Amino acid sequence: MTTVEDAGAAIGRKGTDWRRIATRHGWTIGVYILLLLLILAYIWALAPVAFTSFDLKTIVIGGLPLAFAAMAQAVIVISGGIDLSLGVMVAVINVIAASLMENQSFATSLLIAVGLMVIGVLMGAINGGLVVLTGVPDIVVTLAMSFVWGGVALVIMRTPGGGSPIEYQALGTGIFFSEWIPAGAVVIALVLALVWLPIRWRRPGFAIYAVGSNRDRAYLSGVNVGITRVLAYAIGGFFAAMGGLAATATTGIGTPYAGTFITLNSVAAIVLGGVSLAGGKGGVVGPVAAAFCLTLVPSIMVFQGIDPNYGQVIQGALIVVVVMLGGLVLLRERR
Amino acid sequence: MPLLDVQNVAKRYGPVVALKSADLVVEPGEVHALLGANGAGKSTLVKILTGVIRHDAGTIQVNGKDVRIGSPEGARRVGFAPVFQDPALLPDLTVAQNMRLTRTPIAGVREWLERMELTVDLTEMTGDLPLPTLRMLDLARALARDPQLLMLDEITAALPSDLAEKVFAVMRDWRERGRSVLFISHRLAEVTATCDRASVLRDGRTVGTLVPKPGEEEKIVELMLGESRTKLAQQIEAATGESEAPAVEVEATAGETQLEVRNLVVGDDPDGVSFAVRAGEILGVAALEGQGQDLLFDYLAGERKPPSGEMIVSGKPFTPRHPYEAIRSGVVLVPADRMLALLPQRPIRENIATPLYNRLTRWGPINRGDENRRVSNAIERLSIDTRAQRQARRLSGGNQQKLTIARWLAAGFTTMLCFDPTRGIDVGTKRQIYALLRELAEAGAAVLLFTTEFPEIQLVCDRTIVVYRGAVTAEMPASEADEPALLKAAHGLTEEAAAA
Repeated sequence: MTTVEDAGAAIGRKGTDWRRIATRHGWTIGVYILLLLLILAYIWALAPVAFTSFDLKTIVIGGLPLAFAAMAQAVIVISGGIDLSLGVMVAVINVIAASLMENQSFATSLLIAVGLMVIGVLMGAINGGLVVLTGVPDIVVTLAMSFVWGGVALVIMRTPGGGSPIEYQALGTGIFFSEWIPAGAVVIALVLALVWLPIRWRRPGFAIYAVGSNRDRAYLSGVNVGITRVLAYAIGGFFAAMGGLAATATTGIGTPYAGTFITLNSVAAIVLGGVSLAGGKGGVVGPVAAAFCLTLVPSIMVFQGIDPNYGQVIQGALIVVVVMLGGLVLLRERR
Repeated sequence: MPLLDVQNVAKRYGPVVALKSADLVVEPGEVHALLGANGAGKSTLVKILTGVIRHDAGTIQVNGKDVRIGSPEGARRVGFAPVFQDPALLPDLTVAQNMRLTRTPIAGVREWLERMELTVDLTEMTGDLPLPTLRMLDLARALARDPQLLMLDEITAALPSDLAEKVFAVMRDWRERGRSVLFISHRLAEVTATCDRASVLRDGRTVGTLVPKPGEEEKIVELMLGESRTKLAQQIEAATGESEAPAVEVEATAGETQLEVRNLVVGDDPDGVSFAVRAGEILGVAALEGQGQDLLFDYLAGERKPPSGEMIVSGKPFTPRHPYEAIRSGVVLVPADRMLALLPQRPIRENIATPLYNRLTRWGPINRGDENRRVSNAIERLSIDTRAQRQARRLSGGNQQKLTIARWLAAGFTTMLCFDPTRGIDVGTKRQIYALLRELAEAGAAVLLFTTEFPEIQLVCDRTIVVYRGAVTAEMPASEADEPALLKAAHGLTEEAAAA
């Protein structure tokens, strides 16, 4: 029989336990290795043209909005929910930003960006609040809300348009010190370090994992389940806003109907990034890499001379396969 | 002034009264036991005190002040720290994160773990720790909050004896500090060894508070039982008009062994449970909550794979990987929760026919003629009230339970597993279900019947086994299985134990 002493002796090693780090973060490490491999494949597909810092920048620019959307979806799914309106929220923020920032100074556009982050938090809180108050499943509420937000986006901007100052665009498309450090990657790292990690390693973060892990036990542990779930959606709303602002920076304009694709891709990215669809497991760092993986695959295919129209088929198939794998993992865990 | 003073606390769930009038007085510096048979209201009272549910009537005073405990957090604020029957730590957080989540001082947790001489890596993921460790961590967490009243609900149930000893040492220590413990356990020997006083609940009322002394366990059982057999037994006897169970005559007609279980491990006991049921026999399983009966039925019904032990049905090894395979082998389950078995929104006939679809035809069109014939037969035999035909959920509880049995009648079976089939059913329908089970047995079925209501055993079964901590502690013919005998055996108070 295993007594506590045995268990303690088996695990009570001093120093850095590499094996535990490997098992606990193995998935995340694996996703970054996959990303590295895909970048190598990208370089190989590009040949004989040389891979330059410009290509690295292109990769970051291409995946930036999705990376933020994946962060948003990760937080919400870890808390035991799912938000199918995320992509459309990204589009709403994108079109508001593009219509307000057009012909504005850099300082004003930064002010607008801050305001839109607040609006993102509010949109997320509305989604979460509706889920908690009505008790209707997350999927239903957020799918319905995706039509509301989609309508809002179209009211603001019927066709792609608007604009943003060059300096603002540089936040997404520029470089940071070295031409090999794209600004977009730095922005993601900053948001992770300054926004997510402080929450993650404090009580609200534990509460988000707790609520997704087991709602009853979380309640018995004194966690306010309702508020925590709304908080997760609100944080998701913030990241979605970052995604919209990133889309404005990287494309320079607003596009009102890019939403659905981002939503589905965000779900695929979190599954590939190691988040359990059952909640409670996974992190935000893995899905970021997974988002870039998902945007790299179609570009590699296109470089290989495949008809760009197949790109969408491939990306769609990729989503189906990845999400299906996530479902299978879930099934095995429930056994 | 008492630390905790509970007066006339009542709780009802719709028409079901879970707690009529509970009183409980816990003094400072006291280890107080809360006792009662199944359904006496213990767990309801604990849930009220821990803020999981709210009471309807009565008062709760802590240190002389009225309190209303609205949530688990509220219970903590008044100085209660519960250790629940199921581990409460979240599996996807590390131990340390769990402590921070509940605002528990981590130094206190370390101190208590040290005092109990336990080594636990607090950075370990909680889900990776073994169950006994989790219980001890739950305890250390409760203690670290420095509560006035520590509530231990069946804490020793999953603990090996060396760890259980540590728990008792902590309880004594806690008492010496002038703090109190509310101790809930089915193990009367533990109660008499560790508790200063004990309050006994019966049928939702506090029937007495006593000083438990070693060797007087049987007295406590008598208090739990009341002067005579419970009302239920009398009611049923009045309703059936026959006070004797038809045990003897069936004994002679019982056929060959239909279901046999050998060394199936369902709890603490490494040798597990072994028993056999013959065709034409109803074997009772008497047990208090959490003695391993849930696992036993899960294994037999194919819901889980047993880790060790053998199951034999109709002379062949029985290793179902899925309920479907169990049903194919003729082993069917009637669960306590009827909604688990039925399709509540669907009509009665469809509910009965569902298990038939496995048998009638797998891919081709369903033979409606055969289906109708079998379904009509089943309805007729069970006299199910079919006025509410459209949806099974509109039926009364009793008729729903009949429906779950009817499904198997239509589909055919050799062995029926009944897990507390009369839970929450009125006496008249109970009588019909008993009669039906007897009839099934006489037709040659083997029936395994677990029931939380011990008087039922004598009314329906031919023989009974008593399961205590994952082992069969007694086996007796129905004629001897009166309520006092069963309750004693179910608390582990067997003749051998008394002699030892």
